[in-house]
Amino acid sequence: MTTTPPVNKLGLSKADYNGSPSTLCNGCGHYSIANTIIGVAYELSLDPTRIVKISGIGCSSKSPAYFLGRSHSINGLHGRMPSLATGATTVSRDLVAIGVSGDGDTGSIGLGQFKHLLRRNVDMVYIIENNGVYGLTKGQLSATADLGQKIRHGGLNEMPPLDLCLEAMIAGCGFVARSFAGDLKQLQTLLKAAFSHRGTAVLNVLSPCVTFNNGEGSTKSYLWGKEHGVPLHELDFIPLEHDEIRADYQPGAIREVALHDGSVIRLKKIGQEYDPTDRVAAIRLLEEERAGQTFTTGLLYLNEERRTLVEQGQLADLPLVQLPDERLRPSQDALEVINAQFM
Amino acid sequence: MIVNDFSITIATVNGSGSQTANNTVLRAIHKMGVTVSGKNIFPSNIQGLPTWFTIRVSQDGYLARREQAEILVAMNKASIREDIQQLASGGICLYPMDEQLPMERDDVTLYPMPVHELVSQSGADLKLKPYVANMVYVGALAYLLNIDLNEIEAALSYHFNGKQKAVELNYATVKAAYDWAAANLSKSDPFRVERMQQTEGTFLVDGNTAAALGAIFGGVQFVAWYPITPSTSLVDNLNEYLPRLRRDPDGKASYAILQAEDELAVIGMVVGAGWAGARSMTATSGPGLSLMAEFAGYAYFAEIPAVIWDVQRMGPSTGLPTRVAQDDILAAYTLGHGDGRHVCLIPATIAECFEFGGTAFDLAERLQTLVIVLSDLDLGLNLWPTKPFAFPEKPLDRGKVLSAEELTRLEGAWKRYADVDGDGICYRTLPGTAHPAAAYFTRGTGHNQAAGYSERPEDWSANLIRLAKKHDHARTIVPGPVVDLIDGAEVGIIAYGTSDPAVQEARDLLRGAGVASSYLRLRALPLEDRLVVFIKQHRRVYVVENNLDGQMHGLVQLHTPVDGSRLVSIAKCDGLPLTADWIRAALLQHEAKEQP
Repeated sequence: MTTTPPVNKLGLSKADYNGSPSTLCNGCGHYSIANTIIGVAYELSLDPTRIVKISGIGCSSKSPAYFLGRSHSINGLHGRMPSLATGATTVSRDLVAIGVSGDGDTGSIGLGQFKHLLRRNVDMVYIIENNGVYGLTKGQLSATADLGQKIRHGGLNEMPPLDLCLEAMIAGCGFVARSFAGDLKQLQTLLKAAFSHRGTAVLNVLSPCVTFNNGEGSTKSYLWGKEHGVPLHELDFIPLEHDEIRADYQPGAIREVALHDGSVIRLKKIGQEYDPTDRVAAIRLLEEERAGQTFTTGLLYLNEERRTLVEQGQLADLPLVQLPDERLRPSQDALEVINAQFM
Repeated sequence: MIVNDFSITIATVNGSGSQTANNTVLRAIHKMGVTVSGKNIFPSNIQGLPTWFTIRVSQDGYLARREQAEILVAMNKASIREDIQQLASGGICLYPMDEQLPMERDDVTLYPMPVHELVSQSGADLKLKPYVANMVYVGALAYLLNIDLNEIEAALSYHFNGKQKAVELNYATVKAAYDWAAANLSKSDPFRVERMQQTEGTFLVDGNTAAALGAIFGGVQFVAWYPITPSTSLVDNLNEYLPRLRRDPDGKASYAILQAEDELAVIGMVVGAGWAGARSMTATSGPGLSLMAEFAGYAYFAEIPAVIWDVQRMGPSTGLPTRVAQDDILAAYTLGHGDGRHVCLIPATIAECFEFGGTAFDLAERLQTLVIVLSDLDLGLNLWPTKPFAFPEKPLDRGKVLSAEELTRLEGAWKRYADVDGDGICYRTLPGTAHPAAAYFTRGTGHNQAAGYSERPEDWSANLIRLAKKHDHARTIVPGPVVDLIDGAEVGIIAYGTSDPAVQEARDLLRGAGVASSYLRLRALPLEDRLVVFIKQHRRVYVVENNLDGQMHGLVQLHTPVDGSRLVSIAKCDGLPLTADWIRAALLQHEAKEQP
């Protein structure tokens, strides 16, 4: 007897969002993230043919092959995902773009492109799968590696790590979140909110490398994430079309922030007061954390006001790539006017 | 009397605003119907270093640079000694009478100009005085050479876009200088301009402007760029004309232009936009091209349309950024690591800059690959006479793209890298195509026909062989060479790009010396069959180019190894466009060796 699998609003089953079988190591954080993307895209009923996946080089950048097989994907060059994404989303403004990168791809070779993409506010979800090491080349340290971390072929790392959330804040990013591949519920909610954001949404996800950087004391390990992770708030994502259900939260403990498409992210206070629309507070939190032993997760900063790159460019409402050829070539009369001006 | 056959060198200080004056002289002579061309030989500097503008007036229609000028306008103290030394015997020198001449020459006529006095009389603001000073030599030249003052005024009006006040201020000084010269100079030299009918129906424009317009009429949708001499004005022109030509009534643009943070990002954006289905381009020069190498190889291997305009300058490294060379031929053709070659277009004229603006997109999308257009500083920045731009005859060629409807008809059965038509070009789909089988995975890593990751040797080699086949197909559709076969000629000349005007003139000089020559002007890479036939038809074939390594000579030898021994390289790189005299001398020197 066969059972019909459940389908979403588009009539697609979850399997329709799968990719090719993964070739990542067993237990790799990236694998959990890939599955989370599949689940979220299914639940939100995103049309996979309207999604593009863009990546650079590294273990993380290979992972788009393992989710959303019905979406176009481009696996580009090391550190150059941002420029590919900028070009593709500018000419095809109705695409939903997911960029997948790693700490080496974004924090080392691609730091410049990362920051300039944020400065431009390219409309996309930018996932950094952060494990502090280069996996594909067998365990060299990246720019997010810990101070004092043992270097594979001798010595200790003397250089402090870059905090890519802080870099995103400084570059003017309007959606900065940090999460952990070991906390899939939070990751799911943040990812849903990221899809509703207008502009670049950065999700910096601790995604342990089980082969090269999961040892005791590593701030990029599963154990560290579990023991030191401090969620800023409990998160709920309420899609636009959902009926508002005001649950039994205590007044004052709840904060709701509207996202660009009308969806709402609901933040429930856990410990300290935290206002995710306060840019200075977000920067202070991240700066203070650099010295300490905590790993704060959640929605660090949200600003829906900035115009996206496409909005700044006053582009045609139709995606440029859908414009008919007649709109791309000016008329013969127009050329004759120019010729006459040169005469 | 020497009528309509001489060159003028105007030596000024960079940043002193002489370009207006120089172009005014150029346009006025052009409007008198005489073939004229100008070359700005300028320093990599904003203000202060010497700069020269050479104007060639040619009743024979020649456009190439000449080794020496007969007329010197010596406005720059710093270079005046050397400038006078280089003047042709029998020439004339105009100089500001407020300056002491550092040297005299018995064989040169000297004409002083009261620059200081006329500038004072002009009443111009302090800020405008240097500009007005340049109008003094315009007036003096007009008197001495018999350039029509009405045409000077019309040229000023063109330059200032009809702004009456600016035209009046400048023209008043031109006229004052003209009148002063008429009253005070007694003309004792033979040089004169007389009206002809050579330039009717033509105008003067630079190659970067033509390229930008060509791209716009070729349907450009996306431009990413980073400032670099001498390509920047190509993008300036896109920024100038696109808003006029390609905005909807409601002001929305059918294009996007992004200034990137560097050339690495430029080419990433261009490739990303090309992948998504846009006609996508950039303009750069040597150093920028170097930075684009990795993505160039990627575009070749992942088969993504993109266009780079390389406005070549003298390298390697920063080289001479404001001087010309044809020295990125090998770099462009093989840009990237591993196997792979790029389609290159090589314009030699303003008309070809315009035409190739669109052709580059057609070829990039037809072949699903990177196309590099090899212009250069001489073509890109200097003014050249041209006929009006011709409206493209053919519709845009968007290449092999499968729509959702076509995928439905195929029942979703397609493979991104399957050579269905046998020309090496496969079908692609664009992101956003609404069909469950539309998507494929684009990668620079090894892939099979279905675009799946593959390290299998047979997949790898089959793919490279198909790409080579596609490159061979490109040979048959790129712009062919322009061939002028002379019956019985033993000598053939191969050249390309801005070496063309000097070669054309050199052929006339060689004929005068009893050497008949055929000529083949290459317009694209990869090389094709007509080249092979041409080489076989001649005993000796000279490849003339503006780089020291003989880069095209090397490619031609590779393409025709059997006939390689009859190929002789005539190559030079000194930062200046080639001259006919130099080509003639170099070629005759080799001919003498062949026939002792």
